[in-house]
Amino acid sequence: MTSDSLISRRTALTGLGAAGFAATTGLSTQPAFAKDLTVGFIYVGPKDDYGYNQAHAEAAAVLKKMPGVKILEEEKVPETDDVSKTMESMIKLDGASLMFPTSFGYFDPYMLKMAAKYKDVQFRHCGGLWSKDKHPMNTGSYFGYIGMGQYLNGIAAAHATKSKKIGFIAAKPIPQVLININSFALGAKSVDPSITTTVIFTGEWSMPVKEAEAANSLADQGIDVVTCHVDGPKVIMETAERRKIFACGYHADQSKLAPKGYLTGAEWNWITVYKKFIADTQAGKAPGNFVRGGLAEGFVKMSPYGPGLSPAGRKAVDTAKAEILKGGFSVFKGPLKDNKGNMVVPAGKALVETAVELESQNYLVEGVLGSIG
Amino acid sequence: MDSLATVIVAMLAGSLRVSTPFLFVSLGECLTEKSGRINLGNEGALVLGAMVAYATSYETGSPWCGVLAAAFAGLLLGGLHGAICSMTRINDVAMGIAFMLAGTGIAFFFGKPYVQPSAPLLPGIPFGFWLESPRFANALMVSPLFILGVAAAFALHWFFRTTRMGLRIRIVGDSQDAALALGLPINRTRLLATGCGSALAGIGGAFLSLCYPGSWNEGLSSGQGLMAVALVVFARWNPINCVYASLLFGAAGALGPSLQTVGFTWGYYLFYAAPYVVTLVVLIITAKGGQSLRGMPGQLSIGR
Repeated sequence: MTSDSLISRRTALTGLGAAGFAATTGLSTQPAFAKDLTVGFIYVGPKDDYGYNQAHAEAAAVLKKMPGVKILEEEKVPETDDVSKTMESMIKLDGASLMFPTSFGYFDPYMLKMAAKYKDVQFRHCGGLWSKDKHPMNTGSYFGYIGMGQYLNGIAAAHATKSKKIGFIAAKPIPQVLININSFALGAKSVDPSITTTVIFTGEWSMPVKEAEAANSLADQGIDVVTCHVDGPKVIMETAERRKIFACGYHADQSKLAPKGYLTGAEWNWITVYKKFIADTQAGKAPGNFVRGGLAEGFVKMSPYGPGLSPAGRKAVDTAKAEILKGGFSVFKGPLKDNKGNMVVPAGKALVETAVELESQNYLVEGVLGSIG
Repeated sequence: MDSLATVIVAMLAGSLRVSTPFLFVSLGECLTEKSGRINLGNEGALVLGAMVAYATSYETGSPWCGVLAAAFAGLLLGGLHGAICSMTRINDVAMGIAFMLAGTGIAFFFGKPYVQPSAPLLPGIPFGFWLESPRFANALMVSPLFILGVAAAFALHWFFRTTRMGLRIRIVGDSQDAALALGLPINRTRLLATGCGSALAGIGGAFLSLCYPGSWNEGLSSGQGLMAVALVVFARWNPINCVYASLLFGAAGALGPSLQTVGFTWGYYLFYAAPYVVTLVVLIITAKGGQSLRGMPGQLSIGR
């Protein structure tokens, strides 16, 4: 025993010496790894939540298999100073040079502060409204026009509802969420203008008990199709299925959770964006600062149709989708009033999906029952 | 008028749906505190119970096995808390916080593979089967665990009042000197009370993952376990009052979403705070000068 440990200690010392020698003479294996691009992903929730975080993590999992890329992930990082610490440790300890903080609240001030501190690191934020005048050039934002998906969800919902009342469970009244609520409502109204959309805000990105309560109280009110914008739609889909009402998915494919009532769903397809960013970085270019795309660009896709959607409904969704893929389609067309009666888009004006003013939307359209205040 | 009815029905239904975890954890905490200890680790037992119940139900296909496993997991966690706090110079409140973090941490670690699959759930008992309206029928869909919880509250009340064992727990909790003089095994009593208390909290967790909302994920408990500790104070350490307190809490929690469905959309953040406001108001109204903590076991470290 004693001699064994002696030998191993000696071997270890030799090894250490050799390593030290290699390091001082530049013979270490480090340069071989230096070309590897280290990419940091930060998620606000668990990465298998059937939702927002999973959509990003699925793309990260594909990236992991690519050569020359090292992926770091940290999940359940709150939108507080914690995210600054996570970013700092990924940059300083693991050598990350491309960061993807994926949650809305990470952008200002946490990511902007880190970007000012580490000017060599590229930061790309999901969902933030980046502007050239206000924000440093090593930051940027990317997002998909998933509102189009919610518009198609609305068309599907309109074909499934009998009560002409549909519901939307939302986390917080921020522009991205409002675009989805409004698009869903406008999609339904494009089929039947008498359809109303009831919205419930839960106030938090992930609150399973409150989300289930919201789904139940919508069902109690005779609402027979629900969709949502929360981080993990699992509980809402399952509750809808239990209450025997229809559901449209969001973020990821949830058809397995509601095998009877699932109509279709608006899903992210982030891999398109991330592959582009990484290819740019590897080619020595800075990735785009303001990257947006929709159904046509492959940033967003629709779930396969569920059994709840009639052939007529499927046809209507297909037709609308083909129209959108042609380009230039606008959900927000004037004259459009908000639900307080104010004119928000004047007659003759149409906002296409790329219109930047949509990303600062702060109203609910006519036909939506709810308020953002 | 119709909207008012909707809100009232939603609150009644909500009180039946949401109250059960509060009920079990507060009963468990009540038992523990009656023996003179505080166990803040019951939040950990709740989350661990939720995970274990879901995992067991998924693996065995039997939700009742899940409930038993959750109780057992709680028993182990609470037992460990009780055993460690039996040593001298250990603060039960600090230890409880450690166990709260440990319990949730263990649950998150082992619970990863169970976030995605759907496990069989405990079916509710349809007391509303004779009603035509699906709204009322669904409101009266009562989980067997809720009935079990109410039964447990009455059983615990009877246990404290009339049994020898209940009296012993109360003596140990009220006066360590008296317990010593009577030759009662103080540490063993507290160990048992903490263990059984956490087992109840574990069943509360099983309700979250197997009944309502009926799914396991890491955001499942939004601090219900900690709120339940406050509920015990609110209920003045009386198990029957724990039932009322939990029902009130459940109803107040249903207020926010149901007000929004009927079109009352102003200030929803305020209505989400309703359960906490209700607690404060009731505490202020019921607190008479000098006896605000009546009913509190004498040996609790917050009272000493």
